[in-house]
Amino acid sequence: MMTVNPCSGDLPGVFGETMPFLCQGALVTLQSAAGGAALAIVIALIVGLMASSPLRTVRGVARVYMEFFRGTSVLVQLFWLFYAMPILTGYQLDKVFAGVLALGLNLGAYGSEVVRGALQAVPPSQREAAIALNFTPLQRMRYVILPQAFAEMVPPMNNLLIELLKATSLLSVITVADLAYEGRLLVNSGSDQLVVFALMLVIYFLFSYTITLVMRFVEKRAARMVGRGKPRRATAAAEAAR
Amino acid sequence: MIWDWNWALEILPQLLTQGLLVTVQATLGGAVLAFALGLVVALLRRSRRAYISRPVGAVMEFIRSTPLLVQLFVLYYVLPDFGFKMTALTTGIIGLGVHYAAYTSEVYRAGIDGVPKGQWEAAIALNMPRPYTWISIVLPQAVRRALPALGNYVVAIFKESPQLSVITVVDVVGLARGVGSESFRYLEPMTIAGLFFLLIAIPASMLIRRMERRLDT
Repeated sequence: MMTVNPCSGDLPGVFGETMPFLCQGALVTLQSAAGGAALAIVIALIVGLMASSPLRTVRGVARVYMEFFRGTSVLVQLFWLFYAMPILTGYQLDKVFAGVLALGLNLGAYGSEVVRGALQAVPPSQREAAIALNFTPLQRMRYVILPQAFAEMVPPMNNLLIELLKATSLLSVITVADLAYEGRLLVNSGSDQLVVFALMLVIYFLFSYTITLVMRFVEKRAARMVGRGKPRRATAAAEAAR
Repeated sequence: MIWDWNWALEILPQLLTQGLLVTVQATLGGAVLAFALGLVVALLRRSRRAYISRPVGAVMEFIRSTPLLVQLFVLYYVLPDFGFKMTALTTGIIGLGVHYAAYTSEVYRAGIDGVPKGQWEAAIALNMPRPYTWISIVLPQAVRRALPALGNYVVAIFKESPQLSVITVVDVVGLARGVGSESFRYLEPMTIAGLFFLLIAIPASMLIRRMERRLDT
């Protein structure tokens, strides 16, 4: 069987002309998405836990963070971090770093809300049972509440990760050489714009679809681990029936 | 260099009048288009004819999975080649409307699914024609259920509207960028633009939360 490297410059016509550049951009897109996702997940867990804290001040801090970053748009946050903050602090961030930071902070705020909601959705009896079994608060969180909440947060996290992937295209505005930037550069230098835009959209779609596939797998695992998933055969039957 | 109040006050009126007007136009235009188109899409996706419902569903999935920014590029650079000449703002409104139609159609779908089966059965029992059932029985209930979620999408469209500045629309953010690059001072205009979004988005989402609670009861 012959395998074709989709990124090689030997492809016929416009494809060979554009794909090497688009692949370079796609790699940057993936890297910034991965960086942003890692930051967002860490922030979401920490702030989500803070928002469920019994202490009022801790809850308040989390609330302010969430409202602030959900209340402004990513693009404004990005511009602010990249253009405005250096004037205030005298410290210029690297553009990729500023981008990843803006994405992480913004999507982290949305993620915190997901984590908070999922923690709240765990039935109170679970908590009470853990207290009755003399679990420490840490054990309660680690072994009883978080695993159940985790299964609950996977589907909305899937949506957020796709939003994050889409938002990486904004980094092109501060000249990070991601997929959107490379594509626009190709169009400006005279490549067939219809083909370039179509390829860009297809690449973004494939990335989104991959995220969905991975998250579906994680969702099934997480549900089965807390005993909520359907047994394997029933799941297959349900899939077939759809 | 620190915050310069005099200059901030000098650019504030321009940002608030000119920029605000464009941002509000883009938001409202995009929202109205997204609401109308979303409803049409939701109805098409419920069609019994697979050759209608499947492709519409696939296209919407595609639109939802790809960045608005790239879709705006396509509208802005490709459409003129086919003879559609529009202003940047109109292009932006269409982009926002189509992109968010993919989201609002899901909201309508959930609303329609939420209408109790008994309503349908009662309409059949009363021998109502199907279009009449849709218009006067199902949709009023479905849209009422969908209202808070639709409100959230208005706020979302509002927050995404700065992306139009990339296709040369001079909204609040575009204006702030322009003012910033002219004077090499981005701090004041960008901060004002950010505050402006906060001041509108937070009360709006509080209002929607209240509406949600009222419609629940």
